[in-house]
Amino acid sequence: MAQIIFTQQLARFLPVPECSTQAPDLRSALDGAFAGNARLRAYVLDDQGHLRDNVVVFIDGKRSRDRVVLDDPLRPDSRIYILQALSGG
Amino acid sequence: MTDRAYIATRKGLFELAQKNGEWEIDGRHFLGEPVSMVLPDARDGTLYAALNLGHFGAKLHRRDPGSAEWTEISVPVYPEKPADSTDKTEWKLKQIWSLETGGADEPGVLWAGTLPGGLFRSSDRGDTWQLVDSLWNMPGRPEWFGGGYDTPGIHSICVDPRDSRSVLIGISCAGAWLTTDGGASWALRAKGMLARYMPPDLMDQEVVQDPHRIVRCAAEPDKLWCQHHNGIWRSVDNGAQWTEVTAPLSSFGFGVAVHPRDGETAWFAPGVADQQRIPVDAALATTRTTDGGQSFTVQRNGLPQEHCYDLVYRHGLVVADDGKTLLMASTTGSVWLSTNGGDYWRTISQNMPPVYAVRFG
Repeated sequence: MAQIIFTQQLARFLPVPECSTQAPDLRSALDGAFAGNARLRAYVLDDQGHLRDNVVVFIDGKRSRDRVVLDDPLRPDSRIYILQALSGG
Repeated sequence: MTDRAYIATRKGLFELAQKNGEWEIDGRHFLGEPVSMVLPDARDGTLYAALNLGHFGAKLHRRDPGSAEWTEISVPVYPEKPADSTDKTEWKLKQIWSLETGGADEPGVLWAGTLPGGLFRSSDRGDTWQLVDSLWNMPGRPEWFGGGYDTPGIHSICVDPRDSRSVLIGISCAGAWLTTDGGASWALRAKGMLARYMPPDLMDQEVVQDPHRIVRCAAEPDKLWCQHHNGIWRSVDNGAQWTEVTAPLSSFGFGVAVHPRDGETAWFAPGVADQQRIPVDAALATTRTTDGGQSFTVQRNGLPQEHCYDLVYRHGLVVADDGKTLLMASTTGSVWLSTNGGDYWRTISQNMPPVYAVRFG
């Protein structure tokens, strides 16, 4: 199972879950993590469902390649970090 | 009685309270977080705070009357942008720039003005929000442009106390607009304003005006004051016609406050010019008119008169319901309060974070 790890900076605002996923890509994994948790979704994704400008995703050590489609493939053992971007905010 | 005020800053929300005749900081919330706007709802005692988290977006919190706890509530959300849209504006909430209550006969109704230019209405104390489609989908709206920020934004929302369905809003940059049917339809309301940053043949176009702030006199609702990018304008007919007024020191600034019962009396916090946003001669002053702008008094008592570079932003100057207690705060973290209409200002702090908005409540 792939693991989704959210930055603990989010704990200032809301409970931060630990998620496992069998989703084949980032979008599906996030959809699963946010199911029933619209509040958390709104901290990571914007109105249009895009990754917020100052949030960054690393998958197995590499930054995700697209902020809109979020179609990066996942492996069964992927580790997905949702972090604050250092570049802004 | 005016005994409480709120200061929304780059690094938190602060409460001021009057105790034994002295005003002091009496509470702090969201420490370290940018608070873009605060709204005390006089109808039911609720307090609202809009946050603009650098990484995680705009958020809205509510504190119920008698409670010490804040609850995060919904924010306005823009609809999905049509795939074939040619609108270059991103349909994404950038910031809640203004928050106002609906009329006294509309308990629970709130209005939110946002960047990038959408107006939202809630009828349930912010639990849900609805985009005012009639304004957002108006032909020409994609041509609105930013003033103060890169995207257009609604900073002023003036509900008419005679009729809650009548609301005048100020947009940077799209002039002023009036609805008389609760937001179903809108008409431009910026005739007479002059945008000197535009080519000569476009200066008088209503939709290109940059009203930095518009306020309405509660007891004389047809009387409006506007601190515009290019000067000061007033209207005595609910915005049908605006007339330019010239103030001493400078007519450039952001903030304006109008006396709640006397529409001829208003206060301003001038800066040199748009190219030099500091007090004239580095000496801070407010200007007050009591005769509709025919004459002004320059008010300096208690304000720094040497090496002062404070700028009072558009939501940084307010007057309380008593018409004589004023609160003013700057983008470099100074806060002043006057209990006599600006004749004397007392320093509350010179060490606050940059101040975005102040309000009594």
